[in-house]
Amino acid sequence: MNVRLYVWQRATAAVMAPLVVVHIAVIFYATRHGMSAADILSRTRGSIAWAAFYGVFVLAVSIHASIGVRNILSEWTPLNERRVDACAVFLGLVLAVLGLRAVAAVVLP
Amino acid sequence: MNTELSVSLWRGAQNGRYETYLVPQRASQTVLDVVTFVQRHIDPTLSYRFACRVGVCGSCAMTVNGKPRWTCRTHVAKVAASGRLEIGPLANLPVIKDLATDMQPFFEKWQQAKGAFAPTKTRRDAIAQIEPDTPARKAADAAIECINCGVCYAACDTVRWNAEYLGPAALTRAWTLVNDERDGGNLARLQAIAGAGGCHACHSHQSCQELCPQALNPTAAIAALKRRTAVAYLKGEIKV
Amino acid sequence: MIGRAVKHRDSALWVAAMVHRISGLALAIFLPLHFLALGLAIESEARLESFLRWSDQPLVKAAEIGLVFLFTVHLLGGLRILVIENFDWRDGQKQLATLAAALSALVAFAFLVRVF
Repeated sequence: MNVRLYVWQRATAAVMAPLVVVHIAVIFYATRHGMSAADILSRTRGSIAWAAFYGVFVLAVSIHASIGVRNILSEWTPLNERRVDACAVFLGLVLAVLGLRAVAAVVLP
Repeated sequence: MNTELSVSLWRGAQNGRYETYLVPQRASQTVLDVVTFVQRHIDPTLSYRFACRVGVCGSCAMTVNGKPRWTCRTHVAKVAASGRLEIGPLANLPVIKDLATDMQPFFEKWQQAKGAFAPTKTRRDAIAQIEPDTPARKAADAAIECINCGVCYAACDTVRWNAEYLGPAALTRAWTLVNDERDGGNLARLQAIAGAGGCHACHSHQSCQELCPQALNPTAAIAALKRRTAVAYLKGEIKV
Repeated sequence: MIGRAVKHRDSALWVAAMVHRISGLALAIFLPLHFLALGLAIESEARLESFLRWSDQPLVKAAEIGLVFLFTVHLLGGLRILVIENFDWRDGQKQLATLAAALSALVAFAFLVRVF
């Protein structure tokens, strides 16, 4: 961890705090109403708001989680710094690609 | 009082073992008294460190029943409820012999954190007038009474997991100097604590703050340093 | 290194930090699976629907309750860190940490009531 990674990790954390609260509310709403795929997709398809919300969420979590996992690898495994960086970048890319794909899956008309 | 304590002491260096001794229990006995008894009356080959015996020098810090403490200030009655004591050298430091550790890495990190005053005046200049109640001076004063005993360093899991981590004591000293208006070395200091082993490695476990025998708060000092270095980085004053 | 664990790890704040780390790791492992599930909508709405119905079974719901707990506790643990690092030092942190754990359990319990 250094000051650059720290700033990125804390900034994405601060950005995500309100997003997490909203997401928990969404989870509760969806389960209370027993929403089907049709119910969900009719709300998300073509919605710029949901695209923006979850798009930002995905990008933020890709950065945040990869830095967090990097710390764990660095402190709890014998991997050297280059390997640890590579794993973090890999995780970040996996989350960003799969995440944006998932957002596209539900918002694209 | 003629009960006996069962005392396990670490013998050997990095590879060693605990050996058990029986020590008569006495009123108001401290853990240092116990260790001293073993060395004087049972086994003169026991190595351990102490100096003042009265809680002002920090030399006698050891791991007592799993926690790093000053042994001269730890009453046996408080920690050996069942009549058993386990005493080892401080953690996170190389063991020289038995209960004595090599404090060199601790002091080297102190230097790496730029924990030394960088003067801006000479003896020919007027003495600096420092107001004691400015926020900066109050912050420095709250953190300045560190006597380098190593308890916080031994308690810290981040020190244990991250070989580069400068540790709570070194960073707390850096914090006092960051707040010292006479000091001229702040840019270099902030740069020194912003890298891989710097203040950002701290996870706020707060073992340091809980165990510091001087009631200092390295967690708070390090949190403030995180803010200070982040601002300096965003302003371009320091680089990664 | 001497092989005895140091015992100061009974502090509520140390536990809070560890729970924060483990919950983050668990969520990071879960997240790609979550994204793949949502991505099923690319194939068809029916595909996503059949996945949602599959997830209705009790074991999956139990896992989801666990995830809601981890999610909430990770958020609250993160807020703990953001407060320590950006505001003046406050006492009473141990009590707040315990409260945060209780709150997370409450949220997870509320979710349990919803789904069962």
